[in-house]
Amino acid sequence: MTRLEFMQGNIACAEGALAADCTFFAGYPITPSTEVAEHMAAKLPKRNGCFIQMEDEIASMAAIIGAAWTGVRAMTATSGPGFSLMMENIGYAVMSETPCVLVNVQRGGPSTGQPTMAAQGDMMQVRFGSHGDFSIIALSPSTVQECFELTAKAFNLADQFRCPVFVMADEVIGHMRERITIPDSVPVVRAKPLKDDMLPFAPEEDLIPGFAAFGTGRKIPVTGLTHNEKGYPDSTHPARHDSLVRRLVNKIENARHSIADYEIVNQDAEYVFVCYGSPVRTVQEVVQRAKTPGTGYLKLKIVWPFPEDLLARFPNVKAFIVPELNLGMISREIERHVCVPVISAGKIGGDLHTPDELIAIVEKLRGGGGI
Amino acid sequence: MRDEWLRSDRLPHIYCAGCGNGTIINCVLEAVDQIGWEMDDTVFVSGIGCSSRAPGYILTDSLHTTHGRALAFATGVKMAKPSLHVVVFTGDGDLSAIGGNHFIHACRRNIDLTVVCMNNYIYGMTGGQGSPTTPIGKTSTTTPYGAEETPFDLAELAVAAGANYVARWTSYHVKRLTQAVIDGMNTPGFSFIEVRCQCPTSYGRRNKYRQPGDFVSYLRDSAILKEQWDRTSHLDEPPQDKFLVGEFVRRSRPVMGVPHEA
Ligand SMILES: Cc1ncc(C[n+]2csc(CCOP(=O)(O)OP(=O)(O)O)c2C)c(N)n1
Ligand code: SF4
Repeated sequence: MTRLEFMQGNIACAEGALAADCTFFAGYPITPSTEVAEHMAAKLPKRNGCFIQMEDEIASMAAIIGAAWTGVRAMTATSGPGFSLMMENIGYAVMSETPCVLVNVQRGGPSTGQPTMAAQGDMMQVRFGSHGDFSIIALSPSTVQECFELTAKAFNLADQFRCPVFVMADEVIGHMRERITIPDSVPVVRAKPLKDDMLPFAPEEDLIPGFAAFGTGRKIPVTGLTHNEKGYPDSTHPARHDSLVRRLVNKIENARHSIADYEIVNQDAEYVFVCYGSPVRTVQEVVQRAKTPGTGYLKLKIVWPFPEDLLARFPNVKAFIVPELNLGMISREIERHVCVPVISAGKIGGDLHTPDELIAIVEKLRGGGGI
Repeated sequence: MRDEWLRSDRLPHIYCAGCGNGTIINCVLEAVDQIGWEMDDTVFVSGIGCSSRAPGYILTDSLHTTHGRALAFATGVKMAKPSLHVVVFTGDGDLSAIGGNHFIHACRRNIDLTVVCMNNYIYGMTGGQGSPTTPIGKTSTTTPYGAEETPFDLAELAVAAGANYVARWTSYHVKRLTQAVIDGMNTPGFSFIEVRCQCPTSYGRRNKYRQPGDFVSYLRDSAILKEQWDRTSHLDEPPQDKFLVGEFVRRSRPVMGVPHEA
């Protein structure tokens, strides 16, 4: 028995979290993400969960990390300026291997920029924003249904890889309303437990340590400093730091094939759109139109870790076209991996691409004009 | 008994000889022990600084977090699992400079935490810069001509912001300090215990208390019992070079994070 609902994207993110058994939310209001917090504020107390409005985003990120160590599923939601503030503690979550979920409903920047307009301008910040080397997992919904599904999935990935996981929505998806199907239950995969004879930060074969919550007798010292397998600070040995940080990166990078979540349409296409989030919708329209034969697309539901091998699945490709709501963040990532031209179709200001804009790019390429 | 609470394989600690932090950790562990909290249900949380290294030496679950944010992390722990006892170690800079906003809001929410602030008047770990508690005229690496800014009175700040239990002692007053920590732990809501303590290395060296003993004597001689002051003095505040010690408030405003009785 599933149920059909007409729902806003932000609410669907919150519902996805609740379905995944998230019982802790800490946040600070910011447009266009606020409805996520408001919905959690309404729902969590009735489920014996905890909603707390913190004094700022730094505190919100800190609070969900603290909560996560008690073994609950914890989440926050924010947008650009708040996301920037969270960076320090996002790094802490990476270093301390704390599973938690962060929904970023992106808006136009830099700075307070365009609070009510859509953007995908945080795609590099999420990957590189915190200091030091690390790898992360970032999902990007393009429908309200995916807001629900990918947020629920984010919790499983966070637990599985013991890291912060990001749902990189944008204002259009966050505020759009669509009919969605809500299942009775969603798959819930929890972190593998810390074995009795294992140290709290000793990795298993998959490079990931088992998890034990506070209060379960394991006496785990958690620190953001470079640490050994016991969790004790050990920050001056080059080799110790090197092996810890490489492990944190590799536990995610080595699993990129199993993490990848995508759709490929028209594998024989010559002109291939690579898209994620709201622009996917325009691309689908373009590829379906009879006027634009020979086009296909790769839709990324998970943008980071970047699944570069998928780019090789288009044997006839003459060019990749990357429409995104920034001036070419992911298009540059694609350029690193392919030998054909990569056309960045970045657009900022808040409007989505129109189908005609994208068709014009294809026609120009087909006319041999390049771009 | 107290040794049981220490991670012996983590010793020796990083503190300088004569540092006041060791005494304070002892007093807090004595309090935890006397009150009967179990190691498995007790969590220590801290930010960054010499003082904030304390949880790493204690044999419980602990979170050594980011500079200034200990209270925000502790809020998450306590609100997500109120049955855990949560104790926060923090420094004056950690708590009141970078963490000032979290401090007043944790007091306002009156979250059921016990917070022990090791106030050595200075940024110890980074080598002796001025902090929001450096007294006027005292020197540090960033106030080489003497501090000019009025320092915070952390205990008064906690009272004003709404904490249910507030006390101040020094590293000289070990018995009173231990009792204050116990009282704070027994008081539902936010308990704040400020401990003025010696940092011979970073503060003492520049301010004529290079010997730990001299520093402790200074703390002892500058402390005026609040009870006595309230009874006998007609002034609002003690002279600039003295400070009050004792219990500042014990009350029962509404609290957050207290376990529901089953
Ligand atoms: C965001 C950030 N800014 C600055 C620092 C550098 N830092 C480390 S400890 C410290 C001051 C610690 O002073 P205090 O909290 O008074 O503790 P103490 O070392 O004196 O015990 C600073 C500024 C940091 N770690 N993080
Ligand atoms: S610098 Fe000061 S506070 Fe830090 S360990 Fe040394 S004496 Fe203690």
